[in-house]
Amino acid sequence: MGAVLYIPCDAAALAVGADRVECAFSEELARRNVEFEIIRNGSRGMHWLEPLVEVETERGRVAYGPVTPADVAGLLDGGLLDGADHPLCHGLTEDMAYLKKQTRLTFSRCGITDPLSLTHYKQHHGFLGLQRALKMTPAEIVQEVTDSGLRGRGGAGFPTGVKWNTVLKVQGEQKYIVCNADEGDSGTFSDRMIMEGDPFVLIEGMAIAGIAVGATKGYIYTRSEYPHAVAIMRDAIEIARKAGILGDTVMGSPYAFDMEVRMGAGAYVCGEETSLLNSLEGKRGIVRAKPPLPAIEGLFGLPTVVNNVMSLASVPIIMDRGAQFYRDYGVGRSHGTIPIQLTGNIKHGGLFETAFGLTLNELVYDIGGGTLSGRPVKAVQVGGPLGAYFPPALFDTIFDYEAFAARDGMIGHAGIVVFDDTVDMLKQARFAMEFCAIESCGKCTPCRIGSVRGVEVIDRIGRGDQPEEQVELLRDLCDTMKMGSLCALGGFAPYPVLSSLNHFPQDFHLKSLTEAAE
Amino acid sequence: MALQTQLSEVEQQTFAIIEELRFREGPLLPILQGVQQKLGCIPEDALLLIASELNLSRADVYGTMSFYHEFRQEPAGRHVLKVCRAEACQSMGGEKLANDIQSALGVSWHETTADGKVTLEPVYCLGLCACAPAAMLDGDLHGRLDEPAVLELVEGVK
Repeated sequence: MGAVLYIPCDAAALAVGADRVECAFSEELARRNVEFEIIRNGSRGMHWLEPLVEVETERGRVAYGPVTPADVAGLLDGGLLDGADHPLCHGLTEDMAYLKKQTRLTFSRCGITDPLSLTHYKQHHGFLGLQRALKMTPAEIVQEVTDSGLRGRGGAGFPTGVKWNTVLKVQGEQKYIVCNADEGDSGTFSDRMIMEGDPFVLIEGMAIAGIAVGATKGYIYTRSEYPHAVAIMRDAIEIARKAGILGDTVMGSPYAFDMEVRMGAGAYVCGEETSLLNSLEGKRGIVRAKPPLPAIEGLFGLPTVVNNVMSLASVPIIMDRGAQFYRDYGVGRSHGTIPIQLTGNIKHGGLFETAFGLTLNELVYDIGGGTLSGRPVKAVQVGGPLGAYFPPALFDTIFDYEAFAARDGMIGHAGIVVFDDTVDMLKQARFAMEFCAIESCGKCTPCRIGSVRGVEVIDRIGRGDQPEEQVELLRDLCDTMKMGSLCALGGFAPYPVLSSLNHFPQDFHLKSLTEAAE
Repeated sequence: MALQTQLSEVEQQTFAIIEELRFREGPLLPILQGVQQKLGCIPEDALLLIASELNLSRADVYGTMSFYHEFRQEPAGRHVLKVCRAEACQSMGGEKLANDIQSALGVSWHETTADGKVTLEPVYCLGLCACAPAAMLDGDLHGRLDEPAVLELVEGVK
């Protein structure tokens, strides 16, 4: 047997040259008359080491990274194929501290397998959850998911089982499973990584959801900014269809389930579930008032489960290992694991799946290694563009839905963006309002007009134009947006603004506030 | 199709896309995306044909098209460079990078260089937040960028 190398096809690896590295290895190995196979796996999630090349050895897979095309000849001369030591070598991949500290449940296969190999998928516990689900009644599946304590990973944290139960109980000539893969939050890429690195797990999760609630059709709504995820997901669906996993009889059962990938067109607000449904229907992505809940009147007015990618991709392991197994991870009312994305100005950026309960201190410093620039951390934004900025003084906050809410923040889609001390928090506050103005769907006044006024007020503060009065106005405006907006876009845009103002008053040039904070 | 008049080339191509997608649930977005991919934009003739074939008003189709940032009624330059403006890229100097690119190319956001080569668009997150700053040139992603790297990319296309 020839040499076996793994070079990721994940978009983050491609963005830093994985294809060029693959080319260099192919050419160099052919030139040396070495028999070889290169498997394009998903990413292990250690993005600072991408492109991360792994080679199969008797001891296990050995990792090298970040590899550039110029390194290839030298690596091969130095004995890469035998897993020999080298300045770029990190030893056995599975022994790397960053991976060893994780609890990979949802991402158990990501980075290990060829994303489009059904054989790999089955070799690594694939379809065991679906097989078990097929032996249960729909009500029993819903109960299992409810008992696992799984909460919506998109940000709102609503119990997944409760949502499913509503759809199960309501009558409808057609029901839908809609996967919200419109991952627009800056600082997040876990949905993208699973779609590119382990697409069958999402297919399996959606099929289980369909069987559980009586839905026969599923849609994955994702972003046009994710062309690789779209292509891999579409290929995977086609493979699953041909293998009889999707179609009229799911794995030979009496259940039918099929699915399709749809793309957005660059509108952040379509990540909001009702806006997403309108967009899927071919309309403007305008937010709908709730009630009616999508569970009752969703896509085309029919009962619809709308779940985030991470929620659906966590279902197979819950069904395979049982509710109790999953539930035992985590703290308080946050059960299971959460794939945390460490991003921005951070030394060891990437994806870190762990049980709920780590502190921001552990995540930013112990795991993330502090800033990439080497300067002190000034702030982190958790939960995307609508998430609060936390100063290091609050880094004892644990990663848990309630702990973040108690400090006027949210974990959202679990992205952490790290900023060093060169960041100007007034600018960040202004950007939050500017972004809201650009992306507002326009249906409700607090969001549509409030965000524009927010930018103007912050600009006046920046110019020192009656700053104390303007801050009072800004707080009042934020209050109106929080209380009066129809959805989370206008409702949460004030969080990054107010947190900047409260935790970093010096950046707003406010003497009285600075004194009060001291 | 029962149209009496001769179809223009734009209409013919649009019609083929409509025919392929019209029986899908909620076909409007996939049709608009198909037309833009084929024609580089969504010309007025295409818009009118889509409206009549889907039994929608022109206002419905125009309203949908204009809601989404990506659809355009005029063609872009030969290449589209999307530079991320979101927070994770900001934390790694993304704002300065975007400003430098604008000066170097002599365009602002949504504008096309004088030679018609590159249209510069902002994008809010490419999901490359752990290798920021990031950009996308046509369909290709690029991370850990600085100004020389971006200009090299632009130089590399015709």
